[in-house]
Amino acid sequence: MRVTLRVWRQKDARSPGRFERYEAPDVSPDMSFLEMLDAVNEGLIHQGQPPVAFDHDCREGICGSCSMMINGCAHGPERGVATCQLYMRHFKDGETITIEPWRARAFPVIRDLVVDRSAFDRIIQAGGYISVNTGDAPEANSISVPKPSADVAMDAAACIGCGACVAACPNASAMLFVAAKVSHLALLPQGQAEKAQRVLNMVEAMDREGFGNCTNHYECMAACPKSIHVKFIATMNREYLAAAPTARRAPR
Amino acid sequence: MSLDARIPPGPLPDKWDACRRALKTVRPEEAKNFRVLVVGTGLAGASAAATLAERGFQVEAFCFQDSARRAHSIAAQGGINAAKNYPKDGDSIERLFHDTIKGGDFRSREANVYRLAQVSNAIIDQCVAQGVPFAREYDGHLANRSFGGVKVRRTFYARGQTGQQLLLGAYQALMRQVKAGRVRVHPRTEMLDVVVADGEAKGIVVRDLVSGAVTTHAGDAVVLATGGYSTLYFLSTNAKGCNVTATHRAWRRGAAFANPCFTQIHPTCIPVAGHHQSKLTLMSESLRNDGRIWVPKRTGDQRPPDQVPDEERDYYLERRYPSYGNLAPRDIASRAAKAVCDEGRGVGPGGQGVYLDFRDAIRKLGRPTIDERYGNLFAMYHEITDEDAYAVPMRIYPAPHYTMGGLWVDYHLMSTVPGLFVIGEANFSDHGANRLGASALMQGLADGYFILPLTLANYLAARPPTKAFGGGSRRPAQDGAEHPAFGEARRGVQERTQRLLAVQGKRTVDEFHRELGKLMWNECGMSRTREGLSRALAAIPRLREAFWKNVTVLGSGEELNQALEKAGRVADYLEFAELVCQDALHREESCGGHFRAEHQTPDGEAKRDDANFCYVAAWQFAGEGKPVVLHHEPLTFEAVPLTVRSYK
Repeated sequence: MRVTLRVWRQKDARSPGRFERYEAPDVSPDMSFLEMLDAVNEGLIHQGQPPVAFDHDCREGICGSCSMMINGCAHGPERGVATCQLYMRHFKDGETITIEPWRARAFPVIRDLVVDRSAFDRIIQAGGYISVNTGDAPEANSISVPKPSADVAMDAAACIGCGACVAACPNASAMLFVAAKVSHLALLPQGQAEKAQRVLNMVEAMDREGFGNCTNHYECMAACPKSIHVKFIATMNREYLAAAPTARRAPR
Repeated sequence: MSLDARIPPGPLPDKWDACRRALKTVRPEEAKNFRVLVVGTGLAGASAAATLAERGFQVEAFCFQDSARRAHSIAAQGGINAAKNYPKDGDSIERLFHDTIKGGDFRSREANVYRLAQVSNAIIDQCVAQGVPFAREYDGHLANRSFGGVKVRRTFYARGQTGQQLLLGAYQALMRQVKAGRVRVHPRTEMLDVVVADGEAKGIVVRDLVSGAVTTHAGDAVVLATGGYSTLYFLSTNAKGCNVTATHRAWRRGAAFANPCFTQIHPTCIPVAGHHQSKLTLMSESLRNDGRIWVPKRTGDQRPPDQVPDEERDYYLERRYPSYGNLAPRDIASRAAKAVCDEGRGVGPGGQGVYLDFRDAIRKLGRPTIDERYGNLFAMYHEITDEDAYAVPMRIYPAPHYTMGGLWVDYHLMSTVPGLFVIGEANFSDHGANRLGASALMQGLADGYFILPLTLANYLAARPPTKAFGGGSRRPAQDGAEHPAFGEARRGVQERTQRLLAVQGKRTVDEFHRELGKLMWNECGMSRTREGLSRALAAIPRLREAFWKNVTVLGSGEELNQALEKAGRVADYLEFAELVCQDALHREESCGGHFRAEHQTPDGEAKRDDANFCYVAAWQFAGEGKPVVLHHEPLTFEAVPLTVRSYK
């Protein structure tokens, strides 16, 4: 099959960007989307043109590196997959495909399709952990966790931190990302001691990074490659409301 | 070069305790005067960096990914072993030790493996306390499952995403230390050389992958946690960014490289679909708990799988290895798959595949149970192949997955360069010639959480903090210019970058990488021969020469340039591949994943030669254009007698 690409090219954060048109004349339906881009890049190099920069690594949907808006959808049209797991059989022969980077104030473009997602690291630094030093842990089975709690915690913990939720949200909100971590830890007995401070600090960090607020569009859940449910945003809001009046801010 | 493994005296079960008692410690108020550079933020690197920071050391952590959370440990699916014996099926530290030694085909170090088994239980405790959502039984206790090469249930798991959950636990611990001001993480930063000053590792040279700036960082010790080199084969289950550069560069600076030819070819991967393929996807070994592996009995049988009656199917693992069946270890399962495909009984396009069939398991347990156990793997398989594995059997074929070889380390996890420590897959220590499933996560976290922080402290306790760093004050990191070794190493990296850009030839980096990978897969893959390895050893220098004459890397060194990053890694592979083949050629025996066709039993099993090859082969770089030097670390087996490894 043959496809035409409209790809966002931008030399660096300071330069203006623009769309460039490339032909991919020899695409196999069994190619992954990134393999199609590899082929386009090989062609560009042979023509002496700079290849398209994009983040990618594991290519099996778990590292969360890949990050492309494809025809206006974060990670493309398929539900529940990252860009690297998207296959060309989902596109039509002769189709024109538009590829852009994540667009959000908190994710500045570095080059072409590569954006800076370090805001997510800073949100985790604000409290996305359980404080336990190495060697201080009790015997593992002394902490009993009901299977339903463990299962729901795992549903939330499956987040790969790719940022699709932010890219898909009309407000560029990071609520689903933050809610996934808050819920994962709040659902487990190990996470109880710090849960109030955690949710307050993480939400504050999220706001500081310039992400927008949630207005219940649910685009995040539709775009999420791990199909993380928006119910976790409700969990986070509940945790936040419970924490707000009682918690004393720890000195930062 | 002397190889002193520094194994403590005394009975095996007491060695680690004795060693720990003798290790010197650094008081927290003194620890802040020491700076440790940790390269790589996978399970080993992140856990080590976090733990060192908890003990008060100043840590600088480096990764080439855009976040520490994305290191390739995240892709580990199946699980992590520990000798907890929760299912009460007779497991113990001795048994885990014994299985690992035997699984490694008696080419690992007894003392290290015993310590690994001893530490395994504390890892599970630590991870549970961090909130890792391991699978649970209905009574709320931790669940276990089986893995290859083992008859007990000792594998802990978090659906098919165990590596992800363990890495996020370590990453979160690391982020906590960043917040506390004891760790600085440098993402999108690639290590390109080690600085050895007056015989000790004192720093690293890195390239900022966004700005292209090449700088040096100085520290009191350097820890490499940079993973394995399976992408040497181009097609592998590893992430695209995985590479050998850090360990290869350290080798050129004097660190011995141990058993580089010990590579693991994983039996259950999705077969190659076409020439465009950029990587291969692993289907977790845990699938072999319920899936049955078979091919048609008849050569050239083209019928769809559901039309092949049971009596015309060859469940070859169950037939050849009745006691372990489909859970035979990886090296054995991979070779068996290759054997049936070589006979012309392979299935799927090109006959390079075997079936992994869940029909019987679905009948027995019902689809919901299978869905709960492996749902995400079935979905992944469907996305890639467009086939529904609930309806038709999966097709699988072996693919490069893990490298047991790595930089040589002693019992303290220090390389032959003082102050250069190596942990996780990057070292060679615990898996011998074949790694058992769910042991990589165990080793990475054992090294990072529980072993290195103690042995590294012992190393630092014996010396004063390097004054040039300004004691405990946090001066800018690019402060290593005091010793001439820093400038020399930095200039070397800059010159190499310029050389890569200056070739301006006609072929892309990927074209060279694919060619090298194909050569290595054919001549130094699942089956190796003297002729094939000799051919490879003749071809690699030619390919390397062609690369430096005809590679094309566009753009400059002063920007984000992914082709340049790849070019540097492939250039290193073109040197390193030779070492792998030399090691494979010199080891005139078959053991574990290293199968020399000349050395096999009449029924096609690996034939070890303990009289001549019961040692670790540690290779030393002797200078540009000079032959490499082989050093031997003899292996002695006191607790597990050397026996023929059999899973029949």
